[in-house]
This record gives sequence, C-alpha cells and structure tokens, in this order.
Amino acid sequence: MASYLNTSANHPYIPSTDSERAEMLGVIGVDSLDDLLGDIPLEHRHPALNLAHGLSEQELSTLFGSIAAQNASPSNRYLSFLGAGAYQHYIPSTVRSILQRGEFVTAYTPYQPEAAQGTLQVGFEFQTVICQLTGMEVANAGMYDGPTAFAEACLMAARVTRRTKVGVLTSADRRLSETFFAYSKHQGIQLVEIAPDANDIPDDIACIGIQSPNFFGGIEDVERLTKLAHENGALSVVHVNPTSLGMFKAPGEYDVDIVTAEGQPFGVPMAFGGPYVGLFACKKAHIRQMPGRIIGRTTDTNGRTGYALTLQTREQHIRRERATSNICTSTQLIGLMVTVYAATLGKQGIKEVAGLCYQKAHYAASKIDKLDGYSVKSNGTFFHEFVVKCPTSPASINSALLDQKIIGGLDISDRSDNGMLVCVTETSSKDDIDRFVSALSQIVAAL
Amino acid sequence: MTITTGANEIDRRLLMDRSMAGRKAFTVPISDVPDQDLPNDELLRDDLELPEVSQLEVIRYFSVLSQRNFSIDTNFYPLGSCTMKYNPKINDELASLPGLADIHPLQPDETVQGALRLLKDLQDCLGEITALPGVSLAPLAGAQGEYAGLLVARAYHDSRGDSARTVAIVPDSAHGTNPASAAMAGLDVVTVRSNEHGNIDVQNLRELANENTAVFMLTIPSTLGLFEPNILEITKIIHDAGGLVYADGANLNALLGLVKLGDLGVDICHSNLHKTFSTPHGGGGPGSGPVMVAEELSEFLPKPVAELTDDGYVLATPKNSIGSINGFHGSFSIAARAYAYIKALGIEGLQSVSENAIIGANYIQAKLKDKYNLAADRYCMHETVLSATRQKKRGVGGLDIAKRLLDFGIHAPTMYFPLIVDEALMIEPTESESKETLDHFIAVMRQIDDEIDSSPELIHEAPHDLPVTRLDEATAARKPILRWSADE
Repeated sequence: MASYLNTSANHPYIPSTDSERAEMLGVIGVDSLDDLLGDIPLEHRHPALNLAHGLSEQELSTLFGSIAAQNASPSNRYLSFLGAGAYQHYIPSTVRSILQRGEFVTAYTPYQPEAAQGTLQVGFEFQTVICQLTGMEVANAGMYDGPTAFAEACLMAARVTRRTKVGVLTSADRRLSETFFAYSKHQGIQLVEIAPDANDIPDDIACIGIQSPNFFGGIEDVERLTKLAHENGALSVVHVNPTSLGMFKAPGEYDVDIVTAEGQPFGVPMAFGGPYVGLFACKKAHIRQMPGRIIGRTTDTNGRTGYALTLQTREQHIRRERATSNICTSTQLIGLMVTVYAATLGKQGIKEVAGLCYQKAHYAASKIDKLDGYSVKSNGTFFHEFVVKCPTSPASINSALLDQKIIGGLDISDRSDNGMLVCVTETSSKDDIDRFVSALSQIVAAL
Repeated sequence: MTITTGANEIDRRLLMDRSMAGRKAFTVPISDVPDQDLPNDELLRDDLELPEVSQLEVIRYFSVLSQRNFSIDTNFYPLGSCTMKYNPKINDELASLPGLADIHPLQPDETVQGALRLLKDLQDCLGEITALPGVSLAPLAGAQGEYAGLLVARAYHDSRGDSARTVAIVPDSAHGTNPASAAMAGLDVVTVRSNEHGNIDVQNLRELANENTAVFMLTIPSTLGLFEPNILEITKIIHDAGGLVYADGANLNALLGLVKLGDLGVDICHSNLHKTFSTPHGGGGPGSGPVMVAEELSEFLPKPVAELTDDGYVLATPKNSIGSINGFHGSFSIAARAYAYIKALGIEGLQSVSENAIIGANYIQAKLKDKYNLAADRYCMHETVLSATRQKKRGVGGLDIAKRLLDFGIHAPTMYFPLIVDEALMIEPTESESKETLDHFIAVMRQIDDEIDSSPELIHEAPHDLPVTRLDEATAARKPILRWSADE
C-alpha cells in the first residue's frame, strides 16, 4: 500500500543507501560493518546510547525557537547597558551577507594556497586593517579572543626579554589576568600587579600589560607607561578596544611593542560570549616570536601575485613542543567579519561610530551624575564605559531594572564600592538612555 | 591598450588600491544627544588610514574572493583528520536567531535560561557519547581543549600531593598540538614508538610509564586511521603507573555509538565540534573544543559549567576549577550548531555517521591499494593513510599528487602527516559523500598514477587552472610582506 508518510530510515546528511553500503562492503571483502570493527574490544562495542531520536528540520526549528524565546535580548525589547569585554554595536548588512558565502564558511585552513586564495587574501586584508588601526608594523591572522591574545602577548614578552615576571596594571579586566594565569601557571612565569600611576617598576619584569580603555572605561597614560617599561628593559603590551581607535591615538604612536584587542566590537555578534577573534600586532623586530598564523604575499611560478601561510616554522605542526604557541584552529571566519566591517565603515565610518559612542556614554554619565543618590566615579577621559556609585547594592538595582525590561550595568561591587559599570554604545538612542536614567531615579525614590 | 581575458587578468587590487577619497559604503546615524566635550587634543587621533569604497565594491570584492576558494559547499574535500563533512545550513540559521546571537555573555542567569539549557543539554549529550560525564564547553578549539585537559590532569595529581608527575607520553604519530600543549602545561614530552602495524609499541610504553608519568596522550583512532587493538592493556599500563589517559578526540567521527572512550579506560578527552559535530571550519576557525572527563575529575574542569539547580539553570564554577582559559563561556554559537546537529541526527543518525564514514574510507582503500601502498595493510576506521613511495620512485611525490588533485576540483588529502609515514596522503571521505563521489575520486587517483608515466609534466606543474600556480613560499618566509603598504 502506498504510504504518504515518512517511513525511510535514511538521513538527509548521509547519502549512501542500503544497497550502496552492501556493494561497498562487498568490494572491501566483508559481510558486515562489524567485520571492520575487529580492533574494538567486543565487550565495549555498540554500547547503549541514551539519546533522543533524530528531529526533522521543522521540529528542530521549533525547538530552537523555544530556546531563543527563553532569553532576554534586544529582539524581545530589552535594553542593555552591559559591556566589560563584549559590546553591542550595529552590524552592517554587508557583514551578514558575506558571511552567507559558503565558500568562506565551509573551507578549511588554507594549507593548499592554490585552492584558498580567497581566504588567504582576506587574511592579508585583515592583517592590513589591524596594522592600520593599531599603528603597528605587523599583525597575525587572529587569535581565539581578546584575553587569550593578551595572555599570549605577555608570554611572548617573556620570550623576547628572557624574563620570568609579567606586570599587569591593576586597572585591567581580571579576565585578562585570569586567562594569563591559566596560560602561564606551569611555565614558571609570575604575575606582578602594577598601579597605573606607578613611577617605578621592578627591573626584572618582561612587560607592563596595560588595558586602555581600562576595565572601568578610563584612558591610561600609555605614553608614560611605555617609556617606564622601556627604561627598565621591559616591553609595553597594550590591550585596546578597536572602536576606541577611531578616536584615540594608536598605540603605535607611543612606541608600544605589542598590541592586542578583542575584535568582537567590529561586526561580530555578542552571541553569549563567542566565538570572537583576538587581534594581535607587534613591532617587526619581534615577528619570529609571534604566535598564531601569519599570511604573506608572494608570487607564483608565472610571476603572478598570490598569498600563502608563512613563517610556519614558529608553529606547532612544524616545531611541536618548541612552538611559540599550541594554537591551530583559530578564528579566520571572525577575522573575515572584522575585515568586512572595517571595509564597510571605512576611514570615516569608524571615526564616526567611535564619536557616537563617546557622545552617548558621556551624555548618559552626565545625566546619571545629576541623579540623587548616584554619582559617576570615573574622572578624566573615558570611552564606552564608566563607573556609577549606586545608593544601594547594584544587584538590587539591577533586579528592579529587570522588572522594567532593562538589563543594567555590570555589578562591580567587588572592585568599587556599590559600583556599577555602565556601557553605552551607538546602539542606544537618546530615548533609551533617558528611559534608563529615569528608571534609576524611580528606583532610588522608592528606597 | 588591448584588454585581454583569462586567469591572468583577475583584478588583484587590494581594498586600499580601490579606495577613493570621499566614497563610502555606510552611513552612521547623526547624533541625537547634546554635544559633549571632547578629550584633550593630544589624546586624539589625526589620521586613520582605512579604505574608502562603495557598498557594491565591498560586496563584489569579497564575493569574487570567495570564488577563489575550495570549500565543502563546492568541492569534495577528503582532508584526513579534518573531518570535512557537510555543514548543515539550518545550523547556521538557528545559531543566528535573535535571542541567541544578540545576548550578552554577562547577562544574569535568569535572563538566559534558554542559552543555559542548550549548554547543559549539549554537555549531557557529549558526556553520554564519550561516557565521560564531566563536561566543560569553555575551550575555544581543539588545542585549547587539549591544554585544558592537561591542566585538569596536573590539578588532579597536585590535589593528591603527587606533584612529581611531570611527563607526558606522546606517540610518534601524534598531531603537533599534543606536544605543544604538553610543553605549555609544563610537562616534559617523551615519545613512545609505533610498531610496524601502526599500533603503539606496548613494550616501549611499559618501559616509559613510571612514577613520573602525568598523562599519556592517545589519539584514537590514531592518525593512521587505526583503532588501537591493545587499548585496554594500554590504559591499564598507564593507570597501574598512576598516570591518566588523555584521548585526543580529533577522530571521534569514527566512534559515535560504536564505542565510548570512557568505557576503554580513558580519563580525559576533547572533541572538535568543528570536525565530528559538523560546525563549519570557516577557513581556519572558529572552532570549539569541549573537554570531557571522568566523574572524579570534574571538580577540576575549566569554568564555567552549566548546571541545573532548583532555581533553574546556572553557570557554575567547579569546586577546584583550573579557572578561566579564555574571556567568557566558550564558542556559544558553535555549541548551538553542534547541539542542532546532534538533535537532528539522534541516536540512530549518530551511529549511522560513523558506520558510513568507516565504510567509505575502507572502500577507497580497497579500490586504491593495488596502485598506492598503504601505511598499514589492514582495515581502517574513518580514514586511510596511503604512502606514495612507489610513485616517488617514479618521480612524483605526495605533494605533486596533492596538487594534481586540485586540477580535478578535489581538495588535496592531508600530506606528509603522520610524520612516521613516508610520502603520506591521509584521506578522510566522511559519511557526507555519495558513492558516486568516492568512485570519481578513486578514478582520478588511478588516472594520476597513470599520468606519472604518460605525462609527468602535467603533475609536476599542477595545478593548472586555479587563480595561481604553485607559490614561492621560500621567498615569502625569507622576505615577509605581511600587509598592504602605500609605497609599492
């Protein structure tokens, strides 16, 4: 009897049919698959697998719809003032469109350069953009994320200087030092905390690690700290926010040795923390100590320009336990997003987005500072983020804000008394900011 | 001037060469807040050198570049150990849904219950597939998963006051990240030999395992595509010496539903979601490398781990966690894709993945072994390693064969790896490919072997029809040009 319902056991991701499998097994010279599994201990073969049966695409879409609906996000009209390492920015249609190109998305690492000129040329463009933004001489093709890039930069400074202590400013995000700790703890490298206003530093440290804008949004005196590092034979490692570089002087102008950054603000969705891309640039003199993949320009046998992975003798697949890093699969596709973002916004757009973020954050800070009970603790120049001292615990304020569909700033009472780290980007309209300010005001009035 | 056609005439200009002052591809909104005071001039940037191009130029430039790539969507890609399977389109779509792509990593747990439910459910699936129930999705790629696994091993030994264990035993066939990760974890690397059958030399391992052994790193199936027949003896040797067994899960695609690593005595493993669980490779990432451990090691896992409590789902820090190994919680949108893949396949589908992957590799091996030597002449798992030594004697090496395959629109196999096989060509067809595709590949490989005698120059000069011919990589490394610059 004809059936109009799904009765086939075949799966859309697996093309072989029963008769083809039987034919292939015949060619191999065995009766069944089990004849190929003789090396697997019999008592452990075909274990029970306690998983559900497969879903159709339609059922899968329904499941994911329900999962997504359980999260609070701009798409269900929540406002958010969270930053602290991940930032909400507008992502241009060009980035989303190019990200649909399966030829980029489903390619492997470009070990066969003739068959990967697309990926390789994008990587060369990426390195160019990162050099232009940071004012540095060379950049690699990307690291996992900002904190791992910073950790690897500090390890690189230790290799370059042959020193075993790494200094990090106390104003930096603790995620940076925690990641560094995880990367360094078995390599005999010690972390030393340095105050941002320090006038002298230990003379045996490999680098001063500076985050600017720092965790609290403040701009550090990179020029002075870099001089201080150099006077002591140390390197200067600066972790920046790429959006801030549309407005503030590039680290390269201050003679910085290594620059790292979280690339997420450049066209990458926040996506609950990843995947992102770590940006990594340095002076040319240190290039052979750089971790990660590097793409270089060369020519083919007909003299035509082409691109290939280069300086691979630093890497794990050649150097094994003596490699500059264990990194292999990295973040090429996220690098593509950063590159398309930079090309789309261009020279003027990057400056304007930075300007807009600056204006809106300072507008929000000035309004909040005028509220009874609240004061803005950040003095001096800040970008994107600032610290608000709340009249009561930030946790209780955030809880009250959530009732009004507002996700408040990050509770940093562990680092600043009743402190809330508030972030404002170009995606917040004046109305959004005013709504946030008025909610804060109502909450304090109700206390 | 006459305008000519053909590959030589591809427009090779970079974005900066296409830049024209005043052009733009995007409009930034006008500020809607009152003007704020700017910082001191000395802090401000004068010049920012970036391209100025139109919106169409952006789209056309990158679209044309994409066409200069081989990819799964366009080519057969039998790259050994890389598991270049079909990357289902629905997974990209689902991971990009509003409510998943636009949530901030530091949102309160109560506002991300859906995301945490997804992570917890994926942890449970991976724990079930490997019989290693402690799972952290934090590692951002395979090498980070490996490194996290080694930190867990060290933390376990340290917690028992057993801190003299500073040696990682690594097979000579191992991937380069194994020794590199071990060195980062402060372990001394000792190499154990493979025997003539491609198995671990058990006698050699017995000699090396002792009171200094922290961990034995085993890729299973091995990089030769072989299942280690002495696995139970091997894990016992390591455990008797007080060490832990770490399994590199790069080749997990061979094992789904057929055997669980934890049942074999493995204590720790990682899985590359961008291999076995179909998330796109992206031209070299992003990946994701969850680490799975036995129950008694789960207190050391990297943070965070998703847990279900009476108050709902939370992100928790294991009791004696090795800490954070990166910025946030791992590659969430990669995890979402892998979760969608597991849900779409289900119990029968996952098993079918490994069965078909194994049949395909053995079919290729059976059809080519009269022409090409095998690294090990026995049934393989999901990949087969050929050794082009017979071809090399006739003047054509593994590299030449790999480059000639590109002319047929087939991506090259993994070459010269594992290091212990001369002229290695490692071929992994995956379950995604039809028998017709495998037959075409087999026919091409046989034809290339014939061409060695009939027209060797075709092979030596390959590839012929791609955007570039073979590149001068030596000069690229000697005189590195790593970015666009105005003076060229």
